[in-house]
Amino acid sequence: MIKNKYHYMNPYIAGVLLGMVLIMAFYFSGHGIGASGAVKSVVVDQVVHTMPTYAENSAFLKKYVGHDTSPFKSWMFLEILGVLLGGFLSGAISGRLHFEIEKTPQLTNKKRLLIVLVSGVIVGIGTQFARGCASGAAMSGMVALSVTGFVTFFVMFATAFVVARLVKKIWIKKN
Amino acid sequence: MYSVIPLDYLTPEWALFIALLIGIGFGFILEQAGFSSSRKLIGIFYGYDLLVVKMFLTAVVVGAIGLLLFNTMGWIDLNRVWVAPLYLSSTIVGSVLIGIGMALSGFCPGTSFSAASIGKIDAMVFIVGIFLGIAVFTFGYPLWGELHVANNLGQLKISETLNLSDGVFVLLFIIIAIVIYWIGEKIENRFARPDISKEL
Repeated sequence: MIKNKYHYMNPYIAGVLLGMVLIMAFYFSGHGIGASGAVKSVVVDQVVHTMPTYAENSAFLKKYVGHDTSPFKSWMFLEILGVLLGGFLSGAISGRLHFEIEKTPQLTNKKRLLIVLVSGVIVGIGTQFARGCASGAAMSGMVALSVTGFVTFFVMFATAFVVARLVKKIWIKKN
Repeated sequence: MYSVIPLDYLTPEWALFIALLIGIGFGFILEQAGFSSSRKLIGIFYGYDLLVVKMFLTAVVVGAIGLLLFNTMGWIDLNRVWVAPLYLSSTIVGSVLIGIGMALSGFCPGTSFSAASIGKIDAMVFIVGIFLGIAVFTFGYPLWGELHVANNLGQLKISETLNLSDGVFVLLFIIIAIVIYWIGEKIENRFARPDISKEL
């Protein structure tokens, strides 16, 4: 018996609603939604301000020098603040607000946190090469019918599928 | 980037306020659907929970139909919607890295913010990792700057690349999506793990 079967919103309905949010994003901004761009805006702002000479000489950063790089002027940063707020509201309504390290029983807390930290670094680097993440480069890219969106989606999920075979013991406990 | 009609009138302050509202909608829906759980997301790779397939595909289908409709109604100009250029080498490298991190952690950046918003400590640590990763990329740029801008194939649209109109491509995509939903439901029944699902 799966007690939480109807605990979450039906995924198809959630998909329709998310599609509508995407349409609104394109309507009002000309681009889709994302996540990694918010983190990038903070990193860029920090480096441009604390190491101005370095930034001027960096091929990656020089285009930001002399512009207002405040995250609070960044579309993606404000959007991610909204994501945190919206998620918090949803969690409050559905009774899911509590501090927790979510993990499978076979992992210790320490191991789970080490894995996510390393994964975060890998994904962070990846988002800069891919110029976005699953929501920005893949999902929003596919809505705009860009080839980039489709390539990103297929490579990302194919890689994850293969890696998931290698790390099965993290997620599935042997019976 | 200023590609769609309302933005020609929106002040920067209004644009940012709307960004916040769109984020609230995005975050609320992600959490309601269960994207705040890494173990639910990872189900796609073991077949016990295909939330990602169902929701992601549906969002793309609805979004693409919506843009076509808005274009027909003259509310937006599809020719001015941002199409990201394809830097083939860099996109492949980046997507492989994101795929590796996703399988290890059960997060992608968007879902990690969703999980962090309801108190998941592992998601917060993942976000710290993203900050570090982007910093590593920024400071190591001289090492991989060339790769980052190599093989720029331009702003390709998949419909034009396949020699189809946007409408026909979206129609084909809907048909493919329906087939994938059907296969997905079969997979979910075949690989069901009530022992895992009841904990989520």
